[in-house]
Amino acid sequence: MGGLSLNYFLYLLQGMGWTVALTLLAFALGGLAGFLVMLARISPVPAVSRATAAYVQVIQGIPVLVILFIVYFGLGILEIDVPPLVAAGLSLTAYTSAFLGEIWRGAVEAVPRTQMEAAECLALTRWQALRDVILPQAVRIATPPTVGFLVQVLKSTSLASVVGFVELTRAAQVINNSTFQPFLIFGTAGLMYFVLCYPLSLWSRTLERRLNVGRR
Amino acid sequence: MRYHLEFADLWPYWPQFLAGAVTTIEFTFVATVLGLVLGIVGAIARRSGTAWVRVAAGGYVELVRNTPFLIQIFFLYFGLASAGLRLPVFAAAVLAMVINVGAYTTEIVRAGIEAVHPSQIEAAEALGLSTFQIYRDIILRPALERVYPSLTSQFTLMMLQSSITSQISAEELTGAANVIQSITFRSMEAYLVVGLLYLLLTLLLKSGFWALGQVLFPRRRRLGTAL
Repeated sequence: MGGLSLNYFLYLLQGMGWTVALTLLAFALGGLAGFLVMLARISPVPAVSRATAAYVQVIQGIPVLVILFIVYFGLGILEIDVPPLVAAGLSLTAYTSAFLGEIWRGAVEAVPRTQMEAAECLALTRWQALRDVILPQAVRIATPPTVGFLVQVLKSTSLASVVGFVELTRAAQVINNSTFQPFLIFGTAGLMYFVLCYPLSLWSRTLERRLNVGRR
Repeated sequence: MRYHLEFADLWPYWPQFLAGAVTTIEFTFVATVLGLVLGIVGAIARRSGTAWVRVAAGGYVELVRNTPFLIQIFFLYFGLASAGLRLPVFAAAVLAMVINVGAYTTEIVRAGIEAVHPSQIEAAEALGLSTFQIYRDIILRPALERVYPSLTSQFTLMMLQSSITSQISAEELTGAANVIQSITFRSMEAYLVVGLLYLLLTLLLKSGFWALGQVLFPRRRRLGTAL
């Protein structure tokens, strides 16, 4: 029973790399999909906005772990050979899109109504008004919670370990199975997550404080 | 070959699904009550006049909020087992949930406490209320009333998160699906059913919290708006 050997540590670091990669993948795709969700939620067509609201309700009402299983086995049924990365990426994208969609909708709706009315008076089309008037203001409001949510996505990638994707948590499990030093191994992995998440949390908080100063 | 979803195979297992749902509800109930207590203690500790208490509470909050629940649960369950303390799965799962949700609750309650105007506390002191009375009636009640919506959505998220305890083979809803699919090989169907059950639980929990809020905070109900 030694400490954590260099090889094991490097293995954990490699897992950490995959955690970051999966986070970026899910955040990029989920952000794209979330933007569409936000657009659909503020759509003037009631059917579109209601259908999207239902989508958000469903995704937010089911655990990410269960979504992951449904995607994993669902793709298996379609006789598509799914690499764990794809299953994890897809389910985290769905999860991210629902939450970011709602966060961004909140930000868009927080922009004073008069802004939209003024844009209409200037005969801007709906898309122009959104792009040039509403969104630039909404981005300021949306940034702190978006960064905060990035932390949630990063932590959720640990679930990918369940379908056998070797990211940080899976790497820790593999090492623990051979060395059986759970405090040391999971403690180290936990610290690695902390190193990734804490700066993001701090950044989100700083952004929020700065935003509040601007509005006061 | 085309696959046909076959839910009929799952029908004989409805008692297991039900038992799983009941366990999920039990986990959620215990973790909500204890997590709220821990959160209130944590929030008071974060305002403590003693520096090390403040730092310890802050460290606890940051450590828990910036690491995944799955790692926390492995650390606790396997870690304690290796140190010779074999907790029953139920205890380990609930303990991990309480520690986890306690950190989030601490931050939410703290935000509520900070929103109580200092003059309220000064007025209470001038009236000769004891520290305990001030905390109970002047600080905590209005604070909890104010942050009630955030608290309840945090507890709803925790209910969903309890699915992760299936990874230490807790037999809650997701754990039940794991077992059933390994017997019937109807994995897709099993997880779809469980997904639907979670959705129902979420809606149930949300309306339950709403109704509870109407009873607990009549002032909020009379105003009809957020405070």
